[in-house]
Amino acid sequence: MAKAITQPVERENYLNKEYGVWSWLLTTDHKRIALLYLISITFFFFIGGFFALLIRLELLTPAGDLVQADTYNKLFTMHGMVMVFFFLIPSIPAVLGNFLVPMMIGAKDLAFPRINLLSWYLYIIGGMLMLHCMLTGGVDTGWTFYTPFSTAFSNTKVVEAGIAIFIAGFSSILTGLNFVVTIHRMRAPGMTWSRLPLFIWAHYATSIIQLLGTPVIAVTILLVAAERVLHLGIFDPKLGGDPLLFQHLFWFYSHPAVYIMILPSMGVVTEIIACFSRKRIFGYSFVAFSSIAIAVFGFLVWAHHMFVAGISVYSALVFSFLSYAVALPSAIKVFNWTATLYKGSIHYDAPMLYAFGFLGLFTVGGLTGLFLAALGIDVHVTDTYFVVAHFHYIMVGGAVMGYLGGMHFWWPKISGRLYPEGWARLAALIVFIGFNLTFFPQFVLGYMGMPRRYYDYSHMPEFQVLNVLSTAGATVLGVGYLLPMIYFLWSMRYGKPASDNPWNAAGLEWKTASPPPTFNFDVEPVVTWEAYNYDELDAPHHQEVPVGR
Amino acid sequence: MAHNPALLHHFATEQQQRNSASLGMWVFLATEVMFFGGLFCAYLVYRHWYFGDFAAASKSIDATLGATNTAVLICSSLTVVLAVWAAQTARKSLLVAMLAVTMLFGLAFLGIKGKEYYDKFEEHHVPGASFSFDNVEIPGHPGEYAVPRHAEIFFSLYFIMTGLHAVHMIIGLGIFSWLLYTAWRGRFTPEWHTPVEIGGLYWHFVDIIWIYLFPLLYLIDRHP
Amino acid sequence: MSAHSEHAKSPLKMYFAVWAALLAGTYITYKVAFIDLGPFNPVVALGIASIKATLVALFFMHVYHAGERLTKLVVISALFFLMLLLGLTMADYATRLWS
Repeated sequence: MAKAITQPVERENYLNKEYGVWSWLLTTDHKRIALLYLISITFFFFIGGFFALLIRLELLTPAGDLVQADTYNKLFTMHGMVMVFFFLIPSIPAVLGNFLVPMMIGAKDLAFPRINLLSWYLYIIGGMLMLHCMLTGGVDTGWTFYTPFSTAFSNTKVVEAGIAIFIAGFSSILTGLNFVVTIHRMRAPGMTWSRLPLFIWAHYATSIIQLLGTPVIAVTILLVAAERVLHLGIFDPKLGGDPLLFQHLFWFYSHPAVYIMILPSMGVVTEIIACFSRKRIFGYSFVAFSSIAIAVFGFLVWAHHMFVAGISVYSALVFSFLSYAVALPSAIKVFNWTATLYKGSIHYDAPMLYAFGFLGLFTVGGLTGLFLAALGIDVHVTDTYFVVAHFHYIMVGGAVMGYLGGMHFWWPKISGRLYPEGWARLAALIVFIGFNLTFFPQFVLGYMGMPRRYYDYSHMPEFQVLNVLSTAGATVLGVGYLLPMIYFLWSMRYGKPASDNPWNAAGLEWKTASPPPTFNFDVEPVVTWEAYNYDELDAPHHQEVPVGR
Repeated sequence: MAHNPALLHHFATEQQQRNSASLGMWVFLATEVMFFGGLFCAYLVYRHWYFGDFAAASKSIDATLGATNTAVLICSSLTVVLAVWAAQTARKSLLVAMLAVTMLFGLAFLGIKGKEYYDKFEEHHVPGASFSFDNVEIPGHPGEYAVPRHAEIFFSLYFIMTGLHAVHMIIGLGIFSWLLYTAWRGRFTPEWHTPVEIGGLYWHFVDIIWIYLFPLLYLIDRHP
Repeated sequence: MSAHSEHAKSPLKMYFAVWAALLAGTYITYKVAFIDLGPFNPVVALGIASIKATLVALFFMHVYHAGERLTKLVVISALFFLMLLLGLTMADYATRLWS
């Protein structure tokens, strides 16, 4: 058994500067707050995953024999709510963004460190409320809360879940606010906009969405709560209201929300691809501006979730057209990543394996989005497993892969330890295989007509084979997710100590110690070089002069 | 060289800190625009669908009180800018006075609002079990009566929108009471009075929301 | 913001002028509401409201004298996205009965 490798003389860093629970719970250090988030979102990831497991177990057989229909409704609802609001939306921004944004721009901390801590507490309060809601009966409305079921007919804890999400939304807004102000105001001398890592551009774009979209769902949740408690009739057709108004307000946020979930992941992938191809990103400006374009265009397409709900055909046409347009900036990014790989010196470390996985799976997910943007096709596949597969390719194949890749890439910086590369590559492979086995059959199922949110498909028993494959895939995927948890924890005690820059990567974060000191840099860096200067870093006579030490 | 004790450690200069606070407040106000925006959207949709019923309901709330409240908030915005000016020019007593008067205007606003809500309660125009809106003519359409359910939607939006606005006013009063105390203790100087400025921005925003609420809620179709 | 040190003259006159304009606008809005302008009643009411809001933003919130364009960008962005929400939603409602 490896014995613990401790560093003989440990420099003071953000981890060992202070000990004790209160030094963590009252910290304003963005790096410690990032770790607080890491623990919390991992917790919620496994809760959401647990619900997914139960769903997949139920779907092993055509009959609804594991759980009752009402319970199944609660399972997919809570899987969705927890995964979207308590895992995906915070994940990369709150963990990697919090940790890295100040470091990448050469700052000592975010602009508002205490608001950063408040963000975490709001997330925890929302999370605890959601947990309580789930433990005392749950919600069965679908994560989409459609009215009038959620306002007038559901007998479950809709208001409590809504308030939990409202509070978590406030956390998200404050994180976005912090990032925007930080990126504008706290860049080190010489760090111009065009020298920023594209990870920063991605988080800036994400923050815009968080700031401008989340308030709308916040007020919508308030309206749902008011209607449910006071029987107002704003969304209830019996009382003169329009259920579609709810859907407009809901999707105005929830569509851009999916870009909140994917943009940071794209930022991570950009950093990884540049580092492990040893090349500048091809088309820096295109990638930067397409991040902003995704954020803006993402607000123009929401009613593509409502094509069959009863909106006017003319507005459906407009939204369909706009939904094609929003694919363009994403496609531009895929082309730029590919061009970066071309003639690069490719290294197949674990982060890069996740980035490759991202490229393929995000492309499939994105292309199937175009299928859905076409009105004619959407009429047939909406509310089927085709849609479920589409968004899981992006959310899991895209966002989660990016998150895992980023965790591996920056793990040495965060923990000061190296993770075991062999196990990491194995885990990446298991995740990739498990993911495809889980979700590719769902494209076929959906195309063949299996509806989503059904616990019983005994009138279509021919779907069982694909469902069994999907469930098998889910267990493989689960193993793939557990492995990094185990070896990351293992590495904190037994992993090899990491140098400042084990990947010889570009970026200010790599020019300070691993783990970094509390204020990131001993001396404020002054930037005089362009981003992704891999040609310099790999030059034979290059001397790495530690900046900010 | 000693720096202002108010300078926080992660900022390089006071200018950077001040600019960050200001940008932070502006960005926050942008989120508030979208927060109220959802309600304005709901309002627009139903005004489009039920114009006559909305007009009838709108006519039943007191436009004079609404106009008075608009004037009250406008005066309070004046006292806010005067407070900021006082802080900039080291006029401590004026600063304290203006902050206090602003709060008085805010309280007056809430008082008038309270009277309006009370009137609505008396007239059974509060949505819920005791709501009634029978035999109210639609303005401009004699003989046609408003559909009570549609009028109830108007009142739901009326209470939610003005209620949410009032909550923001109350938060504003909380912020200003802290500003008043801090000003009274002499902690604001021409070099550092950022909280007064950004508190002022928040207050003006709450005023702007009301500037739109007034015509939309009170003046839908008032002419004979 | 210490930007106001650039202005030699006191801003007080401007503040009181804006305040008077705001009160006048309120009075006009109130009075005009009782006059039949057909479809232009809401146009006038919201038009005056927008002028008032603009005055508050430009002069009371100092956007006019803002040191950088970023403040104006934040304001315009917020309004742009609000218009998106209102406009595209109403595009559905306004065209539902066309077919």
